[in-house]
This record gives sequence, structure tokens and C-alpha cells, in this order.
Amino acid sequence: MLKKINCIINGEPKEIEVDVRESLLDMLRNRLHLTGTKQGCGVGECGACAVLIDGNTIDSCIYMAVWADGKNITTIEGISKPDGSLSDIQQNYVDKGAVQCGFCTPGFVISTTALLNKNDDPSRDEIRRGLSGNLCRCTGYQKILDAVETTVEQRRNSKK
Amino acid sequence: MYQINGYLEASTISEAIDYLNKNDNAQIIAGGTDVLIKTRERKGGYVDRDLVGIMRIPELKGIKIDAEGNIVIGATSSFTEVEENEIIKSNIPSLCTAVGSVGGPQIRNMGTIGGNVANGATSADSASTLFALDTIVRIASKEGIREVPIEEFYLGPGKVALNKGEILTSFVILKKNYKGFKGDYIKYSHRKAMDIATLGCSVMIKINGQIIEELKIAYGVAGPTPVRAKGAEEYGVGKEISQEVLNEIGEMCLKDTSARDSWRASKAFREQLIRELPKRAINNAIGGGFNA
Ligand code: FES
Ligand code: FES
Repeated sequence: MLKKINCIINGEPKEIEVDVRESLLDMLRNRLHLTGTKQGCGVGECGACAVLIDGNTIDSCIYMAVWADGKNITTIEGISKPDGSLSDIQQNYVDKGAVQCGFCTPGFVISTTALLNKNDDPSRDEIRRGLSGNLCRCTGYQKILDAVETTVEQRRNSKK
Repeated sequence: MYQINGYLEASTISEAIDYLNKNDNAQIIAGGTDVLIKTRERKGGYVDRDLVGIMRIPELKGIKIDAEGNIVIGATSSFTEVEENEIIKSNIPSLCTAVGSVGGPQIRNMGTIGGNVANGATSADSASTLFALDTIVRIASKEGIREVPIEEFYLGPGKVALNKGEILTSFVILKKNYKGFKGDYIKYSHRKAMDIATLGCSVMIKINGQIIEELKIAYGVAGPTPVRAKGAEEYGVGKEISQEVLNEIGEMCLKDTSARDSWRASKAFREQLIRELPKRAINNAIGGGFNA
């Protein structure tokens, strides 16, 4: 069964025909070719598929595509600047060595973006909690936490 | 692709109820953090269903205090919405702790408190606190609204008192069951996030000086459904709080519970938690002072 939905994806209004059996992840990757969003577990455990819906992080593997109707969605492609350069969060992930194979990184960047939008001065524990729905098999997490803390510091300093 | 047969987005409660009544294959879906996973894993009863979405029904949303001072929580309030709600934060902080211990941020943004209870799992993090609050479950059908105490809502593992054509619409927490109480929820799990409770314990206590005036103790994963430790509660009421009384409460909780072995933990380990966690939760609730 196909259904037409309207939503905003990375700032652009879209009308898309989706199968009701599709996940948002399927829709993003297969219909819109936004392949920055990854599928890890497919069951809401790993956060590789995280995207923002109206500013809140969700796992797109357990989110029906039809639910996107009327929503404002940001994927990792919408996090980088229009000229393709990296956001401060992304740059710090690179600079701090928080990216190894990179498979988890889009999800982590999405969760970090949402976390810092909600709380611009999180403690290390709050960062851990904010990123607790994302798994990384490579980095051991410390460098990811460092990248987030560095972003917080830089933003604080640039405000002074 | 999810292995489902169809999808209906309901916009009112009566539309959802009509559909449930005329389609035997219908299955309610709220935030999907349980149903979609079971569908993907092809769990019995979750394959080829006609899903009915209820997240766009306005009456199921929101948290408010009614004219009598009772707190009403709409069934499709997400865990994050409950955790961050000012009414809940200032009146029942232990419920914030409970819903804040579910999964991770993504799950808490989508998963709903109604779904947590309606799927009938003993491990539901919100359930033991709702038990300790003597919560009333409000259910709508085409006959109208009925109210069921949460203890009677749970019938067995995965079984709840929802008949065909019925929808859980809200939870009502009476003023007398939260006003003047202090509470705490302790989730014992292997990981601090993205884990299911090995055991959960929620306590509501009303204390006057050092005398326990009222006491409610509820558990998750201490039996096939969430359960209250009524014997221990009765024992505690009227007593002056002391280390000995706390220890006895812990012991008595064993009589009201029936922990089992599972791959997560042994029965013996769970029984140890059943003894210890209420003491810790009471101690946390009253602001410390005991060796719990
Ligand atoms: S792919 Fe969605 S949470 Fe793992
Ligand atoms: S960098 Fe490889 S999974 Fe995180």
C-alpha cells in the first residue's frame, strides 16, 4: 500500500510516495539516496540510524516512513554546511580522533547535535547519558566524549 | 520493510475504536519502540497485522492536573515528555527517575508510557512506580470509559485487561496517593542505559517525624507482573523508622514476590535485590541517614 507524505528534509519541502511497510531509514536511503544515515542493528539498539525529527533524536529504523508526514527531519547530510564543510561538532570528531571506521559517526553527530541544542553546558556524565543510545565498536568512547567536550568549550569561548 | 499488512493513522479515539472493532487483525501501535521491533523479529502475533497508529490523536497526549488535584497522564506521552514535565517533576520525581531509566534518548523520545504498560511486561520501568502510586488506568471503548486499578490491569506476562475494541487512554494518579509522599525508583541493571531491568523497585513513603505514616513498595521483574509488597507495607506503617525496621521490611518483601531464574540473573540474586532495593529506595526518598 502506497501513501503520499509531505515533509521537510534538511530544510527542503518534499512530497514522497512511500510504502506503509517502509521504515524512515528505508525511505531516506533507498528513495532519497541520503545514505549518510546508516543501518546497524535495525532494532533500535545502536543509534547508527539516528536522525532529528522536529529537533528530537529518534532511531529511524524503528520509525515508520508514514509517520514522517508533516515533520521536519534533519539527517547527517543536513548537519554539514551547505558548501559541504563540516559543522563544529563534526570537525571536532575528526580532530579528536573520534572517528575510526566511521559507521557510527553520523548517528553520534546527530545525537551530539540534539544534546548540545538542549544543554549547552553538559557535564561529562550528561554527555554520556545524551549519547547512551549510540554504540561504537571502534573508539572506546573516550575520544567521542573529548570531541563533544571540546565543542562545548569552543562554543563557550566564542560567546565571550 | 516491516512485515505488516496495512496501516491506518487514526485521528480520533472513536476512529481507532471503530477500526479495532471491525478488524480482528488490527493492532495498536504507539511510539513503535516495542511493536516495530517485535514485527521485525517476526515474533508470534506481530506479523502481518493491520497497525493502527494513535500518535496523532490529540486526546491521548498531554499531562495535566484536574480540578480535584489528580494528575492525568495521556497514554501517548513519551518517556521524555513525562521526564521533563513540570507537573511530574515537582509532584512525583520518582516517576521522572523511572521513565528516565528507559533505554536511551532515542527510545525515550518515541516510546510512550501507555505502551510501556499496555504491553504487559513485568520489566516496564514506569510500571512499578505507577503501582506504588495506586494509579488508575482509564480505558475507552464504544461503550464509554471505564477505570481499572493498575494492579487489576495486569493479568499475566504480556496479558493485560484490554478487551477487543478498547484503548488505554490515560493514567490517573489521585492526589491522596502522591501529595505528601516522597519516593524513589531504583533500576538494577547490568548497563546504565539501553538495558532491561534485572529488578526494579519503586517506593512511595509518607513520614511524620520518624513515624512511617504510609508506605507503598512495588517491584518489576519480581514476578510475572509488576507487584506490590503489601505485607511489608502493612508491617512498616506506624513504625518508627530504624535500621531494624528497614531490614525487616526488606525481608518481608520476599513473601510478596516470586522472583525466578533468567539469563539476566539467578533467583537468589534477584531475592537479594528484593531485600536490598526497598531499603535503599526508602533511604534515598527520605534523604538518607540509614545504612541501606
Ligand atoms: S540501526 Fe537503528 S538503532 Fe541500530
Ligand atoms: S568508529 Fe567504528 S563504530 Fe564507531
